[in-house]
Amino acid sequence: MLKMTHLSKVYRTEVVETYALRDFNINVNEGEFVAVTGPSGSGKTTFLTIAGLLETFTGGQYHLDGVEVSNLNDNERSRIRNEKIGFIFQAFNLIPDLNVYDNVEVPLRYRGMKGPERKERIMQALERVGLASRAKHYPAELSGGQQQRVAIARALAGSPRLLLADEPTGNLDTQMARGVMELLEEIHREGATIVMVTHDPELAARAQRNVHIIDGQVVDLAEDPRFHQAVHAARANTPA
Amino acid sequence: MSGMFVHNLKLGAASLRRNPLLTALMIMSIGFGVAASMVTFSVFRAVSGDPIPQKSARLFTPQIDNRGPQYNRHGEPPDALTYTDAMALMRAHRAARQTLLFMVGLSVMPDNARIMPFKAVGYATHGDFFPMFDVPFLYGRPWGASEDEARAPVVVIGRALNQKLFGGANSVGREITMDDRQYRIVGVIDDWNPVPRFYDMFSNGAFGDAPQIYIPFTYAIAQKIDTYGSNSCGSVGARGDDWDSWLRGECVWVSAWVQLDTPGQVRAYRQFLDGYAEDQRRAGRFAWAPNNRLRDVTAWLDYEHAVPPESRIALSVALGFLVICLVNTIGLLLAKFMRRAPEIGVRRALGAARGDIYRQFLAEAGMVGLAGGLLGVLLTGLGMLGVGLVFEPAVAKLATLDLSLVALTLLVAVLATLLAAFYPTWRAAQVQPAWQLKSN
Repeated sequence: MLKMTHLSKVYRTEVVETYALRDFNINVNEGEFVAVTGPSGSGKTTFLTIAGLLETFTGGQYHLDGVEVSNLNDNERSRIRNEKIGFIFQAFNLIPDLNVYDNVEVPLRYRGMKGPERKERIMQALERVGLASRAKHYPAELSGGQQQRVAIARALAGSPRLLLADEPTGNLDTQMARGVMELLEEIHREGATIVMVTHDPELAARAQRNVHIIDGQVVDLAEDPRFHQAVHAARANTPA
Repeated sequence: MSGMFVHNLKLGAASLRRNPLLTALMIMSIGFGVAASMVTFSVFRAVSGDPIPQKSARLFTPQIDNRGPQYNRHGEPPDALTYTDAMALMRAHRAARQTLLFMVGLSVMPDNARIMPFKAVGYATHGDFFPMFDVPFLYGRPWGASEDEARAPVVVIGRALNQKLFGGANSVGREITMDDRQYRIVGVIDDWNPVPRFYDMFSNGAFGDAPQIYIPFTYAIAQKIDTYGSNSCGSVGARGDDWDSWLRGECVWVSAWVQLDTPGQVRAYRQFLDGYAEDQRRAGRFAWAPNNRLRDVTAWLDYEHAVPPESRIALSVALGFLVICLVNTIGLLLAKFMRRAPEIGVRRALGAARGDIYRQFLAEAGMVGLAGGLLGVLLTGLGMLGVGLVFEPAVAKLATLDLSLVALTLLVAVLATLLAAFYPTWRAAQVQPAWQLKSN
């Protein structure tokens, strides 16, 4: 589903070159739930933005759903983002001036979907996250957890092949975070492929697999013993 | 596609409602800029238009240099003809239609004692004047060549004069008294006053009221009716003491027009003019080589600088003001659009191509333009009341807010705003989704 080979991302200024990702390799299979972990500044979010075609990369190869994406133009990248990828952001990124219904509608509009089908999909997605009754509410009228659920509904409405989540519970309190995490697990059990970036060992423990990044490279989790232990401990405490 | 367009309009309307102050500033900027341009343009349009578009390329006014290089103006012949030359052209009759004319001002003595005598201004001309210039008749007809030859005391009057004297009724066949002479009315013309009055630029009447009387040139000369318009004797002599020396003299005061329908006729007429001037040289009247002109209506108006300079200046200033307003609008739109960079980032992440962002924001700008245009129409209407402060009254009254100006105001407002929106929209479409989302 998602395969990056020897991928690099370099930020250049006049005086310095900074490698955000270096010889980066990852392979996520269809239906997997992978947590990409690592300390702050390790390159997790850069990985996610490249995986989501929000940013280009400097070298290497990236195949998404069998398509090599490095030579795609802006329109093609936009279309793939729209049709194949669902984003869940830490800051929810709902459009404040649109109500819940209209927020979920945004990606479907860009797909050129007809009105009746849009409506059906929106309502299904909102029911899926338990917010069908809040369709006419504005983001500011919802709690953080509810806003993230709307964001998840927005990501799900287009039936994407891949869900990319960037610290999806980072802005939520523990109880709301648990609810959102359970929702993601349910979605995964229904067959979705999820790649979640997090620095939280407890969240990482709930994924099927961990990919750990340090200094822009994938490393063995054992190279970060403290995080490794934290993930282990969390797994031990997680009910099967 | 149309569904997305309507959706973009709704998004635009919602966005504009969200910042009413900013929106009002933009609309006012566009409205004032467009209104200033349209008010001055309406004047410019009136004074610079083709007064007789259907025929302007076939109507020519001949000029003959009777002054010579020593006295003429920058090598150009005078703007009118001497009576001698004018009559020579008429007698030669080398054009399909031809007419001479000079301005007359006659005192009208109404039969109705309740109406005081008043001055009526018009032209002494030939019968060809009317079909040549496509003058529309309400009643009756022009006089014919026979009446020209017979020096008949006939008159064609204007609609306003007919209204004043006869309450608008068909007055053909009735008589009016002007300067103690009786004239038989043969025709009443509808409102007709081409702007600029191309056929008589010589008498400074380019933007005056519509003439109300037309009498035969031949009758006017026979009755020694003097010109009410301009004459120019330059440095070639005075106008003389009596009527005959006035007619024989070298002062210019008669305008001539000929209708030439083909390039061949134009060529032939030029040759005729040169031949005539050469004859005059041989006869000893001119001591210089033929120096004639034969300009069509457009070239004539251009040569005469028919468009008042203040009209051009005012239009330039107003367009400059519009540009300033547009620059202001660019700044306001840029501020407004870039404030929405996070939303743009989200939309891009969710699949909006750059084209989608362009369309969304141009739709919003178009709505600002349309609102600015509506305000502009209102302000243009108000501006028409103040045109007299900038232009002389005869020119100012030409400015009118007609349907075409309303449409033009709206069109200019929308197009100008879209133009102003290109840079802000381009900037908006360049927002990198990754930066916005990372920064959150």
